[in-house]
Amino acid sequence: MTPNSAAPAAAVTNPGNRFAHRPLRHVSERLIEGVLFLAAFSAVAVTVAIVFILVAESAAFFEHVPLIDFLTDTQWTIMFSEKHYGVAPLLAGTLVTTTVGLLLAVPVGTITAIYLSEFAGPRTREIVKPVLELLAGIPTVVFGYFALVMVTPALQYFMPDLPGFNMLGPGLVIGIMIIPYISSVAEDAMRAVPLHMREGSYAMGATRLQTALRVVVPAATSGIVAAYILGISRAIGETMVVAVAAGQQPNFTWDPREPGATITAFIVQVALGDLPHGSIEYQSIFAVGLVLVLMTLFFNVLGHLARKRYREAY
Amino acid sequence: MTQDMQEIRRLVARGKQWDKVFVIIGLICLMIGVLTLAVLLAGLVQDGAGRLNWDFFTSFPSRRAENAGILSAIVGSSLVMLLTAIAAIPLGVAAGVYLEEYARRNWVTEIIEINVNNLAGVPSIIYGLLALGLFVYALDFGQSILSAGLTLALLILPIIIVATREAIRAIPSSIREGAYALGATRWQMVRDHIIPYSTGGILTGVIIGLARAIGETAPIITIGALTFIAFLPEAPISTQFPFVFFEWLKSPFTVMPIQMFNWMSRPQAAFQENAAAAGVILVVMTLVMNGAAIWLRLRYRKRIKW
Repeated sequence: MTPNSAAPAAAVTNPGNRFAHRPLRHVSERLIEGVLFLAAFSAVAVTVAIVFILVAESAAFFEHVPLIDFLTDTQWTIMFSEKHYGVAPLLAGTLVTTTVGLLLAVPVGTITAIYLSEFAGPRTREIVKPVLELLAGIPTVVFGYFALVMVTPALQYFMPDLPGFNMLGPGLVIGIMIIPYISSVAEDAMRAVPLHMREGSYAMGATRLQTALRVVVPAATSGIVAAYILGISRAIGETMVVAVAAGQQPNFTWDPREPGATITAFIVQVALGDLPHGSIEYQSIFAVGLVLVLMTLFFNVLGHLARKRYREAY
Repeated sequence: MTQDMQEIRRLVARGKQWDKVFVIIGLICLMIGVLTLAVLLAGLVQDGAGRLNWDFFTSFPSRRAENAGILSAIVGSSLVMLLTAIAAIPLGVAAGVYLEEYARRNWVTEIIEINVNNLAGVPSIIYGLLALGLFVYALDFGQSILSAGLTLALLILPIIIVATREAIRAIPSSIREGAYALGATRWQMVRDHIIPYSTGGILTGVIIGLARAIGETAPIITIGALTFIAFLPEAPISTQFPFVFFEWLKSPFTVMPIQMFNWMSRPQAAFQENAAAAGVILVVMTLVMNGAAIWLRLRYRKRIKW
């Protein structure tokens, strides 16, 4: 009998029989399990709440704005008197910054992962992995400062025509930000490849690089794809770097040297102003938020399918 | 025969040269991350060092850059973090314990697990939209510390759940069987063994989660936090009866990253200097927290031998 047992009263009234069935103990066990279940179920509740709020406010938005305008108009001028509601400029901005970021982060992240998993000694790994983790922990608003005050001026040194606000600088900074995500997930996948596969390759006379590229990477493809998908999701949802350094002008262009706005940057821009509840501006941020969630969902489903397709079991 | 051997040796030697080339490329790629961190820190310190004095910590924001400080932002960040921790730690640990120790393998558990994984991938600004619709308007908490703390608590909930589950999974089942053999109920086993033994891992996850929350800007901007706050919220504790107060929950506020963002979006160079100084403090806070988490993890990994 522990002193803080669930039902001390039963033991006190019946001290002779310490191991008798204690019904209160059963009830409190059930109660605790119920409380813990509710805590776990809160994850489902949050998802439901996100979907409900986005859909409800978007529905109100699309009562004022025809869906066809939203999809086909090429201007987004919701802050002006003559309003256009075409989401294309925001989508283009999001895709341009994400693409620039991925062009940097995918090769660098993959090579880093291969190096850490197949070439580096344990000491290098012990130093570099925590540093990459620290890099991933830097607040994004600080990366925004980095893009605006350090990266863009550095780029202007090579490209004198580059405006002070552009999508190239923030895109590159987003790339640097997601390198740690890609490299750590991809490295875990490569290290999970069993040693005997590498040994078989070495026995055939292959070098380290040949083993890494032709045995380890193909065997870890499903995990590497998962790493890329994680990176894409982060890049699409990244907000502050673009809001600070890309100029916040919805600009329908595919040229990363021009200023632009992403979906996330637009939400920040609207939220910074005075935002009357129920106005069309208020509803519009939920509508573009829904687009953002659908994009993230699309890439996650794509990643799920790719993982299934390339799944290898040893 | 010897000619074949020489041929093979040449082939292997050529392959090994590519190894060397790759090692150089790999090191360069490694350095991109490490160097960025170094340049970022050096640049911030260089730009902001002039403002890093005691007055900067004890002054309110001001229209004159040289008088402005981060007092209200630091107090706001601390109170928001306090609420985030109070809300997210019990909820996240309870959810992790349920999923590892109680959940049966059925479709309800599967739905919960899928949701936890998905929530970890939802962009942070979406949590801001959720909070704007739910906390600020539907529940009428307003643009307050309460709304912000709960928003960030939801944001870091998946991090704490995953850390709790990993820490619990590392406990060998012999511990559980020993407790059951002595007649412990499931909850007694969890309370007296599972939770104490997984504290290190849970703490690591909590620190990483809070480090993420303290730097989050987008969701707080979305709920409409003010940027010019020249007063402090009511203190949560005081020497007067009833000692604990809750007025601060309803108070308007600003936090460190928002203060930095606000200074950054002003054209004057003097405010940029303030932004850099605030950035230094923000980076130091997150580096210290994440560093502590990494150190804790290494310490617990070394110490515990089952």
